[in-house]
Amino acid sequence: MMVLVLDDEQRLLQDSVQIFLDERAPVAHLRQLRDSADATGFCRRLWAEFAEQGYSAMLVPEAYGGLGLGVIEASIVSEQLGRTLTPSPFLSTAVLGAWAISHAGSDAQKARVLPRVAKSEAVVTLAVDEHVKHRPSVIATLATRDGDDFRLDGRKVFVLDAHVADFLIVVAQVPGHGLTLFLVESTAAGLTIERTSMVDAHNAGYVHLNGVRVGTDSVLGFIGGGADLLEKALDVGSVVVAAQLLGLADEVFGRTVAFLKQRKQFDRLIGEFQALQHRVATLYCDIELTRALVMKAVSAVDAQAPEHRRLTSQAKARACLTANTAVQEAVQMHGGMGMTDAFDVGLFMKRARVLQELFGDAAYHAQRVANLGGY
Amino acid sequence: MSGESTFRLEVRKWLEANCPVEMRQPIASDDDICWGGRRFRFRSEAQRLWMERMVERGWTVPTWPKAYGGAGLDQEAAAILRQEMQVLGCRSPLDSFGIWMLGPALLKYGSEEQKLEHLPRIARGEIRWCQGYSEPGAGSDLASLATRAEVLEDHFLVNGQKIWTTYADQADWIFCLVRTDVTRKQGGISFLLFDMESPGVTTRPILLISGKSPFCETFFDDVKVPRRNLVGEVNGGWTIAKYLLSHEREMIGAAGNATDSRSMGRIAVDALGLDEQGRLLEPDLRSQIARFDTDEAAFGAWMERVAALARRGEANPAVASALKFYGSELNKRRWELIMATMGIEALEWEGARSNDGYLARGWLRTKGNSIEGGTSEVMLNVVAKRILGMPGA
Repeated sequence: MMVLVLDDEQRLLQDSVQIFLDERAPVAHLRQLRDSADATGFCRRLWAEFAEQGYSAMLVPEAYGGLGLGVIEASIVSEQLGRTLTPSPFLSTAVLGAWAISHAGSDAQKARVLPRVAKSEAVVTLAVDEHVKHRPSVIATLATRDGDDFRLDGRKVFVLDAHVADFLIVVAQVPGHGLTLFLVESTAAGLTIERTSMVDAHNAGYVHLNGVRVGTDSVLGFIGGGADLLEKALDVGSVVVAAQLLGLADEVFGRTVAFLKQRKQFDRLIGEFQALQHRVATLYCDIELTRALVMKAVSAVDAQAPEHRRLTSQAKARACLTANTAVQEAVQMHGGMGMTDAFDVGLFMKRARVLQELFGDAAYHAQRVANLGGY
Repeated sequence: MSGESTFRLEVRKWLEANCPVEMRQPIASDDDICWGGRRFRFRSEAQRLWMERMVERGWTVPTWPKAYGGAGLDQEAAAILRQEMQVLGCRSPLDSFGIWMLGPALLKYGSEEQKLEHLPRIARGEIRWCQGYSEPGAGSDLASLATRAEVLEDHFLVNGQKIWTTYADQADWIFCLVRTDVTRKQGGISFLLFDMESPGVTTRPILLISGKSPFCETFFDDVKVPRRNLVGEVNGGWTIAKYLLSHEREMIGAAGNATDSRSMGRIAVDALGLDEQGRLLEPDLRSQIARFDTDEAAFGAWMERVAALARRGEANPAVASALKFYGSELNKRRWELIMATMGIEALEWEGARSNDGYLARGWLRTKGNSIEGGTSEVMLNVVAKRILGMPGA
């Protein structure tokens, strides 16, 4: 069932997330964390409130204290997070972590991690990227046999919330078997984490793995089964990020349109100028068709429909392009004000830059669309 | 739900039994379209049979009331019929401006007498209509039209000229915007219907860059139009004109002109071939096609979403302008890509090998998509003002 219009229950969720975030974590919240050079870059109290609201528990099955909801609900939250730019481990933990462990984890892994995820008591993150660009098919991190254990060696970049993570899902090559995912505790010996101070004041880090010993029981899924699992997890991540880019684009667009209706030059509102009207009208079309495509992709992923891979890449590619145009136009149309730190539009531009790189940019996903299309 | 699926099965069975096999092939060129009308010559017996059988069921205009030649289906049932026709590859049994444009306007604004006179004849493909809107001096600024209609006792006397009248030389009747008051702009326009065989009507085809002449210049010289052929009130035509335009825009935005149902990627693979890694041999074209694929999927999803919103009464009517803008620009992009993909093969203008330059002519024809029915620039004006509420005139 394709969801192209939210039903009443989903609208209710959308409204409540919006009210909650506007009240508890508007853009000012991000500024406060950034300006105070907060040690963790996010607010633990707010993260605990995510659990009270049920956001952390959405993708956790009911048997493990979760709500057993779907990617649609997670995308509704993500879209609103794009409007407020709220930093939180929602993407790393409540989406990627919860999805991967509940779909591939052993009973023991699920019991150990999922209840803590649902309660916002643990941060879980996927350590996949190694290059300057997202290239999940080229992984150099090695998992070599060492008696009954594995030894992990490698370096990961752009690992969301790494510095506050309790668990990492490390993507590594097992020679002779292929890609394998390992659930590793962040306190493991040989594992060091370096926080990155990022342009959007959100959180990520480098992870260095130097002979990190893990048991076979830390394999997520099965040895050599990582490629398929990773692709599925990244698809979930990609549509949820696409939803966030959509929310971001829509919000910054709304602010820009409002600005054009109040800023006067040459004795009239600048919104009267056709040169600007046509640009915002074009952007309106981009946003509306992105919205429809993202909704279609989200519900396809949720249902694991056959075309979900193509739709996911189309949605992420389209959302990247639309959000990028929206933030460029926002800064330009706000004129000098758009260049000031005091105005929020710059924050949207910074966040959009990061979300574009996360799980593959428009070019990456366009290539995947071509691959899947057989051309 | 079970009632719905019964209907679907019934539709499927009927279509399988009644749609001639020849009518399940994609059309090869615009000449294969069934337009109906007094002067229409069926291309084949199958084409005639198919139209007549669908007419019999009221399925040429499935949502119109039965009294006017339709089948009285609701939107959901009509969608099922559309889907089942698509699955079987059925051609449209009858296309016409009567169905797409005049019909919806008459259903909303026509008198009972007018509906009974005109709608069944549209539904049965007996009368082919053309649209008398644009004039040499009234293109994007349509409301400045100058064709005069003097209001006399029992008739109107029409004088003036229309342009871009699609298939005027093959049409039986025209729905026409005329000026009945020169002192007011929008408020001085009336909506008339008349027979193209009326004395004083002449048409002259216009040769386009595609080498075809789907449009005409149409001249009116003391044409007498009976009073009863006025739709709505005298000077009340602009509202009807706009309503009809929104249907035209939806049609152009959604239609495209792709008789080739293959995806762009498929067309490119067939024409260009793949390298050892299974990638198109033209890497830049490959990226462009992937972007196009993405935007085409997005546009399709957007149309579906607008339709779903419309069913809930939540769609802004001006969205039709946004769809028209995007859809026509997308179709132009598709044909630019087709030309780039087919390369030298697309350059032939005449000859059986190229179906008389079907590609080159089709490509050139699309350039009109963003002009006809409201230019892209006018569509963006509408979006800016009616959807985004931008200030200014």
